[in-house]
Amino acid sequence: MGLEQKAGNMGVVTARLEDVVNWARTNSLWPMLFGLACCAIEMMSAQASNYDLSRFGMELMRASPRQSDLMIVAGRVSRKMAPVLRQLYDQMPDPKWVIAMGDCASCGGVFNNYAILQGVDEIVPVDVYVAGCPPRPEGLIHGILTLDEKVKQEKFKNWA
Amino acid sequence: MEDALRLIIETIHQRFGVEAHESHGRVSLIIHPDQLISLAKTLRDEFKFDMLAAETAVDYWPEQSPRFHMVYEIYSTTQNIGLEVRVPVNGNALSLPTLEKLYANANWHEREVWDMFGIKFEGHSDLRRILMPFDWEGHPLRKDYPLGYEEPQFTFNFDQIMVRKPHPKS
Repeated sequence: MGLEQKAGNMGVVTARLEDVVNWARTNSLWPMLFGLACCAIEMMSAQASNYDLSRFGMELMRASPRQSDLMIVAGRVSRKMAPVLRQLYDQMPDPKWVIAMGDCASCGGVFNNYAILQGVDEIVPVDVYVAGCPPRPEGLIHGILTLDEKVKQEKFKNWA
Repeated sequence: MEDALRLIIETIHQRFGVEAHESHGRVSLIIHPDQLISLAKTLRDEFKFDMLAAETAVDYWPEQSPRFHMVYEIYSTTQNIGLEVRVPVNGNALSLPTLEKLYANANWHEREVWDMFGIKFEGHSDLRRILMPFDWEGHPLRKDYPLGYEEPQFTFNFDQIMVRKPHPKS
């Protein structure tokens, strides 16, 4: 009888700390309400009952950056909005991730001009880019699941 | 043109000496900048044109001079008549009296025209940028303002463009 069987009978399970913490993080990602433009509608419909985001742990979207750990930049970011976005990103506590939802947040989209940032990765580091104009809710969910896989691979030595 | 509008045009023509141009069912008057305030006051007080529906500018550079046309669309809600007033403004003498005292919603319209075209309004209470960031240089909707687009990235020029793109440090 090995140690694990003995411990299992007593109700004790052993696992790596990385796995447990990453599992906890992926299952309770709280997104920040950051719908800027049309992609916000698709984000709202992904949150609503038909394509439910609550089953991934995102029961609600926090309006305050202090209480969230995922920023879904949904929509085009204008040059006037860019410092505001950076300030909100700085106010989020670690660990934090960013999903650039839609074409405008990924690369400027159809707006290739003086007033729109050509991709939100000019000001914040982005983890997952979701393409589409706007991406379907299933596309956003696929992006969130890709982020989950990325978070599950985070290593102990990279934590601050 | 309906009769009420015709009467108004006649009276304005006698008092200010402006001609009315009609196209596509819309009437527009082209006036001198000095007549602007008195004409707007007359329209508002005497003829009951109580709503400034729109106020923008057009840049006709380099085909026409004077370069800008300020366009005011004044509408009467009681008589359902719309009138367009155009004021040609030169590129070098860029200032007009403000319509804010007569129509309160001209405040933001004139801020937008200042931001996009650079036409100053004397007597405006708060003339600052409204659409672009407050420290932006240049007036974007002029015809000689560059488009400001980013070159499309293909594989052959990928590296040159990545060098110039801003990246966050953290």
